[in-house]
Amino acid sequence: MEQKTKISAEDGKQELVITREFDLPLELLFKAYVEPEIVEQWMGTKVLKLENKKHGSWQFKTTDAKGNVVFQANGVIHEFVPNKKITRTFEMENAPFDVQLEFLEFEQLTNDTSKLNMHIVYRSVTLRDQMLQLPFAQGINMAHNRLQDILSKLK
Amino acid sequence: MNLRRDVFQAIADPTRRAILLLVASQSLTAGAIASNFDTARPTVSKHLQILTECELVEQTQNGREIYYHINAKKMKEVADFIEPFRKMWDDRFNKLETIMKKYKTKK
Repeated sequence: MEQKTKISAEDGKQELVITREFDLPLELLFKAYVEPEIVEQWMGTKVLKLENKKHGSWQFKTTDAKGNVVFQANGVIHEFVPNKKITRTFEMENAPFDVQLEFLEFEQLTNDTSKLNMHIVYRSVTLRDQMLQLPFAQGINMAHNRLQDILSKLK
Repeated sequence: MNLRRDVFQAIADPTRRAILLLVASQSLTAGAIASNFDTARPTVSKHLQILTECELVEQTQNGREIYYHINAKKMKEVADFIEPFRKMWDDRFNKLETIMKKYKTKK
């Protein structure tokens, strides 16, 4: 089966490209990136600020049930062309990762389908590889924790 | 999880990648592997030690000789390391699509 979301990350490069085709008209896809209430739903985070304009900035924050901050990120918007392009920076707060540059390009395929091209540039090849491996590492840690949970129950 | 990081360090080295290619299709002794490189024999032994520790290659004793061959299962794991990252974005985008489809019909 053809995968809808594709990652292209060439060896030894400090960038990667994420592409995805949507069964949505271009305007709806773009709306999902600009309406704070909608961003909150699919990104699973609280949107503190989202200024959709050149020289604007954005701020996201996620807290767990106890109110602890588990994720906080911010950035500035360099370019904002409705239904076409968003250029922005992304920086995770309280994390040892340098800021990254993101180019989001929105494209109409048919009246009912559209495509997103997300080009991310990192400070170094090492940092890019770390970011790529992050969900992999979290997966391993989660599996490890689950295993520990099971083992501790057996004791 | 130092082991995981070591796997990626192991494959980051060009000589070790060349060794993996050599032992992908056949079992070879350390001597036979070393004969493919200009580097000193102890250097190749060190590379083999790292690859073995990361379980990327396995050893088989045959008489007095030790043969090295690739551990396909471990290699597949490494090849798939990008998959959780892809899956994370795929999940987010699927959610986006579902939300916007509902949004469309609401209007």
